[in-house]
Amino acid sequence: MTEIDIHGDVTVDQVELSDELAGGEGRATTADVAEYALWLGDDALILSQQLGAWIARAPELEEDVALGNIALDLLGHARSLLRYAGTFDGRSEDDLAYWRDEPEFRCAWLFEQPNGDFAHTIARQLAASVYQFELYSALRSSGDATLAAIAEKSVKEVDYHRDHAVQWTLRLAGGTDESRRRMVTAIDDVWPYVDELFGDEPLTDRLAESDVAPRPSSLRPGFDEVIDAVFAEADLTVPAGYVSSGGGRRGSHFSTLGYLLAEMQVLARQHPGATW
Amino acid sequence: MVTAAQRVSTRSTTEGGDATSRARAIAAAVKDPEVPVLTIEDLGVLRDVRTDGDRVTVTITPTYSGCPAMDVIRDDLILALSEAGFGDVDVRLTLSPAWTTDWMSDAGKRKLTEYGIAPPTGRAAVGPIKLSLGVKCPRCGSLDTREVSRFGSTSCKALYECRACLEPFDHFKVH
Repeated sequence: MTEIDIHGDVTVDQVELSDELAGGEGRATTADVAEYALWLGDDALILSQQLGAWIARAPELEEDVALGNIALDLLGHARSLLRYAGTFDGRSEDDLAYWRDEPEFRCAWLFEQPNGDFAHTIARQLAASVYQFELYSALRSSGDATLAAIAEKSVKEVDYHRDHAVQWTLRLAGGTDESRRRMVTAIDDVWPYVDELFGDEPLTDRLAESDVAPRPSSLRPGFDEVIDAVFAEADLTVPAGYVSSGGGRRGSHFSTLGYLLAEMQVLARQHPGATW
Repeated sequence: MVTAAQRVSTRSTTEGGDATSRARAIAAAVKDPEVPVLTIEDLGVLRDVRTDGDRVTVTITPTYSGCPAMDVIRDDLILALSEAGFGDVDVRLTLSPAWTTDWMSDAGKRKLTEYGIAPPTGRAAVGPIKLSLGVKCPRCGSLDTREVSRFGSTSCKALYECRACLEPFDHFKVH
């Protein structure tokens, strides 16, 4: 074969690679499955967007790279999940990311907690990644082929995210007086939003009965086991105090989400149809 | 978890064997834009090539969910196969079975080392324990190395440094 300059004069029409996701040859056939994919996709999307804000601001260069990589993984998960959710009513992943307003987002409150200081981001990462690891591990055996494929792919990446969050939790909690004070404060501030992740809803009950998704409550023991081990080693305790009722799955959100969406959506809304 | 024993090899249909093997050879030669010494076959990203007349269907799998190289690889596949006379090129992405470094070819691992990237060692595992042998410095060969950051210049690499020659280097993570 003669050597050709493949990036020469030939142009390739931009085709959405994601339209051809296998496993996702399938379409979400029920409103329940689409809604569930939206929940998970929004969790990943909002966390990804928040982590991206750390790039060039993290305590050290390696951490810029780490948080950027984790954000990229999460964005990949969000794209797969939102694409799948959109197949139910003909919306694209971009429609869902850029053209919904706050009440239409379904992320749990943990994911929209602000970055805060580095310890807050790590506390949020610890809860989020341990939860997602348990969730995707269980979802691998979903009767829904697309959700199972996305989970199988995602769980390997979330495993790294979990390891990263655990290492930093141990380091901050066992570091200086100042780093420990900040880590303890961050756990106190973030932990009220953990319970919402494990609350069973009518939707998850129906999906559990049809073997599509695990009951959130069934993921709690695995989550607690990991967190208890980490906290024991870090000499931290699970805060006993205020527990948020949550409301993200119903479209109720903190005002912080509005600012986050404004930044995330501004380009798509000012220049509809723009590609880059 | 996918083990080496369950390794899915790329298949070709028997019909149109010549066209298929030609299409396969072209597809297999497409390079990873981020690690240009590796082809998508070396990486285990190329999963399947099938032809039907001048129609060719290529199936690839992403290394990591957010890997931006996938779009480029897709375009490169279309361009290379179109140049070779295939009129209708369809590139499909599959997520399952999930990509693992267990699929990387030995030739790919050699090429990585020559390029200055430590190849993946050991076998992939999800969970608390990753079976990994020492990471050898691709420059001086020393095993006295340490991980600086689990995350590196791309999703698939970690940043290491060698205590013997003091040089930093990338390590292609076991995944």
